[in-house]
Amino acid sequence: MAVTVKTVARPSGIESRSFLLGALHGLWVTFRHLAINWLGNLVGRRKQTKIATLSYPEEKMPYPARNRGLHRLMKRDDGEVRCVACMMCPTVCPAHCITIVPEEAPNGSIEKRPRIFEIDELRCVVCGLCVEACPCDAIRMDTGVHALPTIRRADAILDKEALLSRGEKSTATQGGQGAFWRIRVKA
Amino acid sequence: MLASLLSYGSPGFLALSAAAKSVFFVFLFSLPLAGILTWMERRQSAMMQDRLGPNRANIGPFRFWGIPQFLADAVKMIFKEDFVPPEANKFLFALAPVLAVAPVFIASAIVPFGAPLCLDRLTEVVPGGACAKPVDLQAAHLDAGLLFYFAISSLTVYGAALAGWASHNKWALMGGLRASSQMMAYEVTMGMAVMAMFLLYGTLEPGAMVASQGDWPWQWGIAGIPQIIAFVLFLTSAIAESKRTPFDIPEGESEVIGYFVEYSGMRFGMFYLGEFVEIIVSSALMVTVFFGGWRFPGAELLASHLPNLLFVLVTVLVWSLKVFLFCSFQLLIRWTLPRFRADQLLRLGWQRLLPISIANVVLAAGWILLRR
Repeated sequence: MAVTVKTVARPSGIESRSFLLGALHGLWVTFRHLAINWLGNLVGRRKQTKIATLSYPEEKMPYPARNRGLHRLMKRDDGEVRCVACMMCPTVCPAHCITIVPEEAPNGSIEKRPRIFEIDELRCVVCGLCVEACPCDAIRMDTGVHALPTIRRADAILDKEALLSRGEKSTATQGGQGAFWRIRVKA
Repeated sequence: MLASLLSYGSPGFLALSAAAKSVFFVFLFSLPLAGILTWMERRQSAMMQDRLGPNRANIGPFRFWGIPQFLADAVKMIFKEDFVPPEANKFLFALAPVLAVAPVFIASAIVPFGAPLCLDRLTEVVPGGACAKPVDLQAAHLDAGLLFYFAISSLTVYGAALAGWASHNKWALMGGLRASSQMMAYEVTMGMAVMAMFLLYGTLEPGAMVASQGDWPWQWGIAGIPQIIAFVLFLTSAIAESKRTPFDIPEGESEVIGYFVEYSGMRFGMFYLGEFVEIIVSSALMVTVFFGGWRFPGAELLASHLPNLLFVLVTVLVWSLKVFLFCSFQLLIRWTLPRFRADQLLRLGWQRLLPISIANVVLAAGWILLRR
């Protein structure tokens, strides 16, 4: 393709060459923003102003409903931990931040429960795979809380009690609804 | 002995009152306002750009919309490292910031900032300001008036040029050269704009200019076609003189590096301060020459009802408000218009504004003939 020169028409005429009208128009635009924002702030009607700033510690942007926050462990109907120590979550965890040491459950309804359940929040990459892998709704990341700043690294490792402290009873039916739940839901 | 030395009209009294007026103008008006302007520049620009700006600085529980920010900035500037380039000329390097600030303060001496004070009848009503011992609220009563302002304020160009030269930095030197060429170009236009006003007023003395203006806006200096043109020219060249956007190529922080690139700490702070004081003084001059000085609608009525001292205080407040509004207007311009290129700036100065200003002098002369 041959190189061509395209001549762009430069603005001519007194109004564009004197800058004056353009400058006045620009001044009007900025003055309008100034007046609206300043007066709105003065009479305490921030919502009506155009100001986009979020005064962070006082005002916070609400998180989306599916935001992944700090982990928590859910509870059974009797208040015990829901986790059955199936080791799905430490297996799927890409950061190897979950440590589970299982033990035999005292009552016969389930086989295992975690003796130790620790999550290193400093290693966690907040991917949420553990929540997806969990077959019994025991681990969740729906607290909406950030990993807290700590002075010692060890303080960032949450143990079972810390994880359970945010936990509540799951709405899922304990032990599942059996093999024929589809038929029962239809009926 | 002391009483006779300080009696009304004696040299001692004149010196003392001039000193008091200068102290008021520089330390009680210009410097605090310059500090507030550094905050306001950021806050106002933020509001213009739909942001909030600095609103956190506070003194204990008092936040005052963040105004104490300028105190925090000053403390920061003072405690920063005061770096002098090893190859720099130490004496001139130290002298340049002073030369950038001091002339502006000196030039501010001619600005009248209030109605005359009647020293013998402070608590009485003095209609028309006729009294035996008037004290003009103007530090220096010079017949040369505005010429004095030009003579002194053009010294600030030495501040910029010396800062560029003494820094031993090629970029700074180029910045200093740009600053001098720009200030030369716009000083001529500024002088010509004032020349038109000189023809119309018949005087260069700012106090006499204010005295010949009336209370109402149509009696102010701006009323008339050559006056309006002169005002636009004066405003443009005043902004160019203070080296601020859209005429800030001498500094050109983000692209071309300015003359104070090697300055840090409070030395830089003085250049910064000088800029804002220049805004204040040029605003004060605009108010004086074009917008009636301390006069405002209803001033005459007020003078015949209020005690003299109170009336003078009101006029000083009104004058301060006017100056403040003009400062704010200059900030508005600074945050609206983009920077000129160096050649565009000089072309605008020498080829556009200068011919217009000379034509305006002719127009003003014709205007006087017509009005006769």
